[in-house]
Amino acid sequence: MQLTPADERMLVGDDGPAVQAAIQLLVRYGDLMGAERLIDTDNVCGANIFGPRHARVLGTTDPAALFSRFSLDLAEPVEVPAFRAHSCQLIGPRDREQWDVQGIAPSDALAMDSSEAYLVERGVDVLSTCTPYQVGVVPQFGEHCAWMESSAVVYINSVLGARTNTEGRESSAASMITGRTPYVGYHLDEARRATHMIDVRTPVVTTEDWNLFGYWVGDRVQDAVPVLAGERLRPSHVQLKQFGAAAASSGDVEMYHLPGVTPEAATVEQALGGRPPRATSVYDATARAETVASLCRTATDRDVDFVMIGCPHAALEQVREVARLVERRRISDSTSLWVFTPSALRRQADEEGLVATIEAAGARVLSDTCPAIGQFLPPGTKVFATDSAKQAHYVPAIAGVQGWFGSVETCVTAALTGRWAA
Amino acid sequence: MTGAPTARLVLAGRGVVDGRATGRALVCTAPVSGWGGIDPSTGVIVESRHPQRGESFAGGVLVLPGAKGSSGWSGQFHLAKLQGTAPVAVVFTRMNSKLALGLVVLDVPAVTELDTDPITALHTGDLLDVDGTAGTVRVLTGEEHGNGRQ
Repeated sequence: MQLTPADERMLVGDDGPAVQAAIQLLVRYGDLMGAERLIDTDNVCGANIFGPRHARVLGTTDPAALFSRFSLDLAEPVEVPAFRAHSCQLIGPRDREQWDVQGIAPSDALAMDSSEAYLVERGVDVLSTCTPYQVGVVPQFGEHCAWMESSAVVYINSVLGARTNTEGRESSAASMITGRTPYVGYHLDEARRATHMIDVRTPVVTTEDWNLFGYWVGDRVQDAVPVLAGERLRPSHVQLKQFGAAAASSGDVEMYHLPGVTPEAATVEQALGGRPPRATSVYDATARAETVASLCRTATDRDVDFVMIGCPHAALEQVREVARLVERRRISDSTSLWVFTPSALRRQADEEGLVATIEAAGARVLSDTCPAIGQFLPPGTKVFATDSAKQAHYVPAIAGVQGWFGSVETCVTAALTGRWAA
Repeated sequence: MTGAPTARLVLAGRGVVDGRATGRALVCTAPVSGWGGIDPSTGVIVESRHPQRGESFAGGVLVLPGAKGSSGWSGQFHLAKLQGTAPVAVVFTRMNSKLALGLVVLDVPAVTELDTDPITALHTGDLLDVDGTAGTVRVLTGEEHGNGRQ
């Protein structure tokens, strides 16, 4: 790999052991991917708040020890300076204020506050959401970023035209510290061209439709870049968020094109870079029905214990829809309903009275985490339901529960009645 | 029987992480998710739709077409490494950023670009000698060679 004099100085330790470890990690990682050099990045998102899951394995809640071990892959703690790149904390293990809902012990909550403070001291914006692009961290077109969180990666690559690979905890932390990232993969034009054509022959209109379509596309194309071709494909930003998250869960989609909507290609031909597609797949009514069955494959019992809305974290209009559906009603005594939204949007929802409406119905509005990332469910949950293909994909595997997938309305109805009726 | 173990099959490819290790293969016929796909406390595949769900790579050789899913891939294998459930070597088909970072963190011998598709040529339970420096995967005969990095 070609290194700059500044890279070389970092490598020999002139900027201290943390910077040295970070640049060593980036060089090894870049070499494995075939990068010829590193480039500057000033827009990094990572996940470095550590909860009990990590503290137990390491045997300490010391934030410096946890960061060095899990973020820098170092056996011994090192002094970590202020981060060079503009850095943002993604979704984490706990709701900063309502952690008691998760069943977290006060001592563990304090330890996570310390882990968060360690990041704040180093200049990190602690937005604590999987959707920083909803709350002020909005990369520019063409900007080189280093982001974790597969649903955010596919969103900023595809919808905003920013450039990032799917980073992990260790590589994004290394980029925060050094302001560098390997110049390879989705940073380059070549990887961003579509190779797989999706011929859409059934209406994709509702948010439920876009979740299902995304889940099917990911399963079909795996790590290819698809171009979506069909009539009247006009998703809202919520639908784009759900589509990408689903495609990145069933498969490995980090970039897609929807001509007329996404910014890098105005036509299918342009998305393909003037070349024929390597593969074409047809999405029709049968494919949609099979995807519903696949997403609900773990579910048999219709008595629903828990309904989760907001994966990726809900937009304000999704919170408003839940409030409208539960207004002046009560959810079932046997069911919990939790809505997840970025803390910045929760404050706004509070201002607008939406939180009060939802809480009056017996439900909760939570932030900063989710059941999959935080690995928590209401006690005794055996059957859960969600409006998110991504959450329906992950939670049964992580928690060993049954999962139903449906629209927000179907899910909220299940919370009100305690029964899955779809 | 004395002397070096004999190989009944040798696959040649490109070594991407140096070193040599032997272990029993877990051959995954579909890409593996890290976060939400494995349990790092046991080394078992947990993704509900995965063909090898319930099978373990702990202390063995993880043979896989590639890494997919959440960006927490390396983080989960990092936890596996610290809990002693990590694979001792990795043999794979397709590189991506998740797998590359996972290999950096695991730091075990790894080989790719083999002359024969490892997913069909290798079988779960095969005793493999993975040489990440030479870029070879040898399927050993005989039962006397246990798991472990040499």
